[in-house]
Amino acid sequence: MSLVQLTTPISDEQVRALKVGDTVEISGRIYTGRDGAHHRIHQGQKPPVDLQGAILYHCGPVMVQVGERWECRGAGPTTSSREEPYQWEVIRDYGLRGVIGKGGMGPKTLAACQQYGCVYLHAIGGAAQVCAQRITRVDGVDWMDLGSPEAVWHLWVEKFPAIVTMDSHGNSLHAQVRAASAEALGRLKA
Amino acid sequence: MSSTATVAATDPALVTSLTELIRVTSTVLPADVVRALTASRAAEQPGTNAAYALEVIGCNIDLAKSSSQPLCQDTGSVLFYVHVPVGYDQLRFEDSALSAVKEATRLGYLRQNSVDAVTGRNSGDNVGPGTPDLHISQWHRDYVEVRLMLKGGGCENVGAQYTLPDPRFGGRDLVGVENALLDCVLQAQGQGCGPGILGVCIGGDRASGYAESKLQLLRLLDDQSGDPVLGELEERIVVKANQSGIGPMGFGGATTLIGCKIGKRNRVPASFFVTISYMCWAFRRQGVVLDQEGAIRSWLY
Repeated sequence: MSLVQLTTPISDEQVRALKVGDTVEISGRIYTGRDGAHHRIHQGQKPPVDLQGAILYHCGPVMVQVGERWECRGAGPTTSSREEPYQWEVIRDYGLRGVIGKGGMGPKTLAACQQYGCVYLHAIGGAAQVCAQRITRVDGVDWMDLGSPEAVWHLWVEKFPAIVTMDSHGNSLHAQVRAASAEALGRLKA
Repeated sequence: MSSTATVAATDPALVTSLTELIRVTSTVLPADVVRALTASRAAEQPGTNAAYALEVIGCNIDLAKSSSQPLCQDTGSVLFYVHVPVGYDQLRFEDSALSAVKEATRLGYLRQNSVDAVTGRNSGDNVGPGTPDLHISQWHRDYVEVRLMLKGGGCENVGAQYTLPDPRFGGRDLVGVENALLDCVLQAQGQGCGPGILGVCIGGDRASGYAESKLQLLRLLDDQSGDPVLGELEERIVVKANQSGIGPMGFGGATTLIGCKIGKRNRVPASFFVTISYMCWAFRRQGVVLDQEGAIRSWLY
């Protein structure tokens, strides 16, 4: 387990160097995108931002407009498994290099991470303030018609903390924990 | 209809109190939950992802409180559980609660979380058909008590309802119940933002099972069911879940649950439901007793 600094956009080489268990701190521009945005992209719409080398954050932040400016009042990760049907396509078609979320994702995403060079970065679910503190600026928003939580927010982050739980070499901490816990609970059955 | 009663019937003092209740619920974790999470940190090996997750959670709790900002950005379903004296104006309370929810949304204590299920339109103020969720009942005391729970979608999604018998779990007895509960923990993995708390109802129907499972979450974490059989089951579920190795956030580790609260409801002979509401570590529930003027007299958690 090592601490790695990542600044967006990130390269295939940087992604390939990451391993399950690594702690990372992300700096630079990231974009939010969750259910509504993935559904739209899946239906054929182009993402409103360039995702080449980018990191997409599964997050529906609390945003408050103060004059012309948006303030982020809370921005932890949302459950990623809902994007499992769509995520692999976005990785394949738009060059996404990182996905931040929580709860992990399934085999389609894991295969896409391996094939195209992407990594799943687990933020701490519920930690809206720790995450928001590292979001130093809100630079813009697209697809606001989806509603604020579902919109694509352009965030500037500094040392945003996450753990690599799915790497580009076919390893998934989630698959490991699931298998081990199924076995343990099988033994504990009443 | 020649006339409709559309006059706003809000009570300004009540709106102020309920807005404050929402603010505190969204930003300050109750003491019993903080105690349980603090204790769980000692159970994890230093240097592990589990220890790291609990450390970040600890920082987040402090930060949310000191900055008076939402603990979690998913401020969830807004669930009010209210007791009122006989003769109390319930409609006035409802209008006041809606006003408080709108105000708390405007102030950023609640995220815009009320979405039309067909059109996808977000109402923008958390008010819409079914939101917020108000449960008001009378009691024979002379004061109003309001409990509030904010329950995020991540943990709500991993709730489950089982019907027994089921060949995977067992029959209509406590063995079947226990195995169903452990299956819920297994299926949830880290997706409900553990360490979690299970609210459980044995029996009831499909609707009342979920209602009772949420009511169980209003209990203090360190209490135990008054029914010794259920109390023992509550303890056993926590012990076994914590031997699963799922751990905080599903990272692996020793703390998967910090509580399990089980209630029961009578069922019809043909049905046997086991219903679970999973609550995340960001267990936002608070309550207040109001005085005659609608001001907050005391806090419940």
